[in-house]
Amino acid sequence: MSARFEVGQSVRIGDRTEPRHHRVPAYVKGREGIVVCLCHPQGLPEELAYRELGEPKQTIYRVRVSQPHLWSSYQGEAHDNLEIEIHESWLDPL
Amino acid sequence: MTSGETPRIGPHDFAGLDAGPVDTSQHDLAQWERVVDAIIYLLGKKGVMKDVAELRRHIEDLGPDVYERLSYYERWAASAAATCVEAGVVTREELDARAAEIAKRSEAS
Amino acid sequence: MTHDHTTPHRHPNQPDHPEPSSSYELLGVALNELLIEKGIYSADELRTQIEEIESVNVDSHGAQIVAKAWLDEDFLTALRADAADAIRSLGIDPGYTEIMALENTPEVHNVVVCTLCSCYPRWLLGRPPAWYKSKAYRARVVREPRAVLAEFGNDIATDVQVRVHDSNAELRYVVIPLRPKGTEGWTQAQLARLVTRDSMIGVTQAKAATAS
Repeated sequence: MSARFEVGQSVRIGDRTEPRHHRVPAYVKGREGIVVCLCHPQGLPEELAYRELGEPKQTIYRVRVSQPHLWSSYQGEAHDNLEIEIHESWLDPL
Repeated sequence: MTSGETPRIGPHDFAGLDAGPVDTSQHDLAQWERVVDAIIYLLGKKGVMKDVAELRRHIEDLGPDVYERLSYYERWAASAAATCVEAGVVTREELDARAAEIAKRSEAS
Repeated sequence: MTHDHTTPHRHPNQPDHPEPSSSYELLGVALNELLIEKGIYSADELRTQIEEIESVNVDSHGAQIVAKAWLDEDFLTALRADAADAIRSLGIDPGYTEIMALENTPEVHNVVVCTLCSCYPRWLLGRPPAWYKSKAYRARVVREPRAVLAEFGNDIATDVQVRVHDSNAELRYVVIPLRPKGTEGWTQAQLARLVTRDSMIGVTQAKAATAS
């Protein structure tokens, strides 16, 4: 499987409305981050949730996002961050 | 950017919502909760549920009112039942009839 | 302890769910009876499954992984390369989901949440505590992690990065807390006693050496 993104690359998490079950919570949609890790390919929840095949499997990326970028009123430190798992089809290059 | 511009993806999408302090009191599982917990594993092992995403979807499909009202394992019970109905291994009618029978049984005892 | 398998039990209210409804308990019990009658699984298989779930505990599983990582540089390297393989080498079943160890350092403190449901490394830590599944934890720890950690008595210095991991999909995480000071020369068994469930979720530190 060839992965579209590599560690260190800047990406944007998709900001689209998806009426089907999916695993991209609202708070990260449209946010920019950096790929920190490539994980085992997995089927797509948008299909698996409906007993469909979910193929082809997609590379899972762990994306690191800055906390002040996520929350405009963030009360912590500027260097705090968050990591989340995103299927490849939910990422765009920056 | 602020949160709240993007609609929540369902009743379970809690991140960033206002909420009170985290209550760390422990809750010992009742026997029926241990059973429901194990059913989830067995449905996967036996291929009734092909992927855990099915269970998640049926929980989300409970809708915001029911989702917030139910306890954790009540949600899982509802979802496991919906998953089994969709997989064709039981029917709603069978479930309803059996639940009524159990209620009668436990009243009598 | 004996349990009647068929009688729905009342249970103490969970903070997020003030009014448990017995109809869903009944549904769960009804489903179980029907699945057994239809031969999807047997009563024995159900009992075995519950035992298997409850055989996993922090002391014999997760804490051993952390203590070994503190003691053995080679194991730590293996854990970084392929956590499941490394965990298997200790005779512990890592489960079927990809697992990742998150090492706390003097610069970074890791904490894990599943904002969408309750994803948790059950094969290493057992069932998640009620608070991990609660609305309050899932809603707040991503937006105000330092405040939530402080509620657990864990004040993180401002020069340390707090890194929240939303376990939202396909991986499960176990935090490797910092090794407590004053534990030089300790055995794995001694060290493991300092490793708590909460320290492996990342809401607290490991216990201090004096506490053992």
